[in-house]
Amino acid sequence: MPDNGASAKAAPAAPGLAAAQETKRQRTRAIVRAVGMLPVLLLLCIGFHVLSDGRFFTGQNIGIVVQQSAVNTVLAAGMTFVILTGGIDLSVGSILAASAMAGLIVSKFADFGPLWLPVAVLTGAVFGILNGALIALLRLLPFIVTLGSLTAVRGAARLLGADTTVFNPSVPYAFIGNGALTLIPGIVSIPWLWVIALLVILVSWLVLKRTVLGVHIYAVGGNESAARLAGIKVWAVLIFVYGVSGLLAGLGGAMQAARLYAANGLQLGQSYELDAITAVILGGTSFVGGIGSIWGTLVGALIIAVLSNGLILIGVSDVWQYVIKGLVIIGAVALDRYRLQGSART
Amino acid sequence: MSEPILEMRRVSKSFFSIKALRDVDLTVYAGEIHALMGENGAGKSTLMKILSGAYRPDPGSEIRIDGQPVQISGPLGGRAAGIAIIYQELSLAPNLSVAENIYLGRETSRGGLLAREAMQAGAGPILARLGADFTPQTQVANLSMGQRQLVEIARALHARSRILIMDEPTTALSAGESERLFALIRQLRAEGLAIIYISHRMDEVYALGDRVTVLRDGTLVGSLDKPDIRADTIVRMMVGRDVSSFYKKEHDPSARPGAPVLAAVDIADNSRVKGCSLTVHAGEVVGLAGLVGAGRTELAHLIIGAAPMTSGHVEIEGRAVSIRTPGEALDAGIAYLTEDRKALGLFLDMSCLDNINLAVLGRDAKFGGILDRDKARDRAKRAFATLGIRAANVGVPAGGLSGGNQQKVLLSRLLAIGPKILILDEPTRGVDVGAKSEIYSIIDNLAKSGTAVLVISSDLPEIIGICDRVVVMRAGHIAGQIRRDATSPLSQEEIMALATGTEQLDA
Repeated sequence: MPDNGASAKAAPAAPGLAAAQETKRQRTRAIVRAVGMLPVLLLLCIGFHVLSDGRFFTGQNIGIVVQQSAVNTVLAAGMTFVILTGGIDLSVGSILAASAMAGLIVSKFADFGPLWLPVAVLTGAVFGILNGALIALLRLLPFIVTLGSLTAVRGAARLLGADTTVFNPSVPYAFIGNGALTLIPGIVSIPWLWVIALLVILVSWLVLKRTVLGVHIYAVGGNESAARLAGIKVWAVLIFVYGVSGLLAGLGGAMQAARLYAANGLQLGQSYELDAITAVILGGTSFVGGIGSIWGTLVGALIIAVLSNGLILIGVSDVWQYVIKGLVIIGAVALDRYRLQGSART
Repeated sequence: MSEPILEMRRVSKSFFSIKALRDVDLTVYAGEIHALMGENGAGKSTLMKILSGAYRPDPGSEIRIDGQPVQISGPLGGRAAGIAIIYQELSLAPNLSVAENIYLGRETSRGGLLAREAMQAGAGPILARLGADFTPQTQVANLSMGQRQLVEIARALHARSRILIMDEPTTALSAGESERLFALIRQLRAEGLAIIYISHRMDEVYALGDRVTVLRDGTLVGSLDKPDIRADTIVRMMVGRDVSSFYKKEHDPSARPGAPVLAAVDIADNSRVKGCSLTVHAGEVVGLAGLVGAGRTELAHLIIGAAPMTSGHVEIEGRAVSIRTPGEALDAGIAYLTEDRKALGLFLDMSCLDNINLAVLGRDAKFGGILDRDKARDRAKRAFATLGIRAANVGVPAGGLSGGNQQKVLLSRLLAIGPKILILDEPTRGVDVGAKSEIYSIIDNLAKSGTAVLVISSDLPEIIGICDRVVVMRAGHIAGQIRRDATSPLSQEEIMALATGTEQLDA
């Protein structure tokens, strides 16, 4: 045996160095993941500000941007839960419409008017739990189940109003749709829609990162079989995430109804699911589950809102807005992939 | 011997500042089986990846084939140089036919159209030469693991490869399939191919190796010729120290017999497990031996509720319990270590911290569901210290760890529960020698502290080294059991006789 002593001494040094290197790589990767698309968001904001001769960063315009992003942020938060488990929820737009319809109809009864808000949210939760039950208990594919409910719940939304638009100009709590929370009178106020969206993000973060349930959600998305063997009630986790997605779609419906004083089963929430999914993906959440963060989703939702707003500000025609938005989304995700490439696990 | 077919001289490979290989020499002759051994992380895979063209060696490294210096770049470079690798994870497309897989990437076409008949005709003779019992038209998805390996080898031969690298080829094979593979490898040697055989299993290296080269920490320790190949020499070369107390068994239930803790009573699932009973006492390590496919893992899955049993029941401390899910098994005090830690055990993207704490998060939680992060961190740090888990910190993803460290992380999760009964399914599979020894000592300590341990293993020396009693399964039945006592130690022959039975089973 050649020189045992020396190699025994040398051996721990190499892993130590490797470990240090690994920690450093880990940290960079964590930062890249956490910051994610934030630089893209900032670049877009600055770019639009310059191109629109300084009309982007005005109090009024920022107010519009956050107001427009609020409903999508709420939907995307729910979608984050679902995609973290490796699933997908295509039905959120339809659930949003059905919940808004149910809420507005209840709001017209003088006696229970104020109850419309919980009714809308609960309607969403019920549809979401139905989705979850079909997926978790009958072991059907999430894509197929929610594709079905995308259509079925849309039908239910139209049935609710007998295929008409429901109006209620005196809907209770209308302030959440159009009012603002005044922080410094006359100077700083935040639209209630945005306050709700931020609260949803905050609560989602708490659930995902600070509760047992949150770890279980990541575990189910990371390795469902292992989660089952580890004693996690996978079915309960799945029903929970689809329930949350439905509930938040219901909340989104309530926000939308309060803003418009009206709801239409046919038009409301059409293809909202696509914007929600886009926000989650832009936020760096892995499409196969197990990796991602709610803050990324918030940034993703803001990017979508900033794009829409900025393109209008600089006078790009409606047709080109579609093309540019699509390309920016693909480009942003490609950039993300490129940056993460070196750090991929071998 | 004649001129070497492959010579590697002073081959080094650095990743950033880390040297994965340092001045490694390797010489391989045509018509020899050259075993390459070393612990996980010793550099075997890196060396082979350089040969296949997946990695480019550092400047100054030299590779000669038939005496001619070559540059191997990209997978096509490896193929052009006549080198083929049969990977642990087979790289076949299961949805295609055998012929299509053999020709993958080099399809024959006629006028731009796929010449399927020509490909099938071309694949036929190669399969016949290998003694395959399936046709070129068969869809790969319908083949067993052993047959798939044959397809991989056929692909290598079809590409006129002369150097065949096999990386742990028997991990997924049954005993019968392994025997057939060995015969085939010897045939290929006789045909003049050079075979580089990577394995952790000493018996395979004995059976096959003409020469053994051992790597440790990225450097060459040395090569042994056939007459010098001895287990203790190789282990000493791999570990760099004497491993005299490799198996650790200090606990002795015969001195202080414990009460029966786990009893499986006549358990069956109507297919793989046909009425099995066994008992494990407190402070006892019971081995569950048998051939691959005898139903050992299936029996364990029935006990922990991972699969539904059709008859029989489980008793814990003398009381019948109903266990329908793995969660209920944990509640009853049974923890199970899966044989497939990557697919069924670990969450590779999650931190070691989360992996270790996963099963006890609920128990530790405050206010019915809020994570107790300090407690989790303390537990993970303690596990790292007591089990000697080597990683930068508890926050790194489990997927980045070596096999032995991954296994220890998974074991820590089970130990955190504090189970009364621990079922370990192939606890040292894919684990390097050093970590193996540590895992044995963990098992020994558990038994000392009164845990009932059931160890499923295909590694007979391991079973003999650490168990008090061995239960042997054959074709879904308990074939018998052997007890260790002072006069007669457990013997490998006795276990194999029970495992194979008088009527030789075809695996």
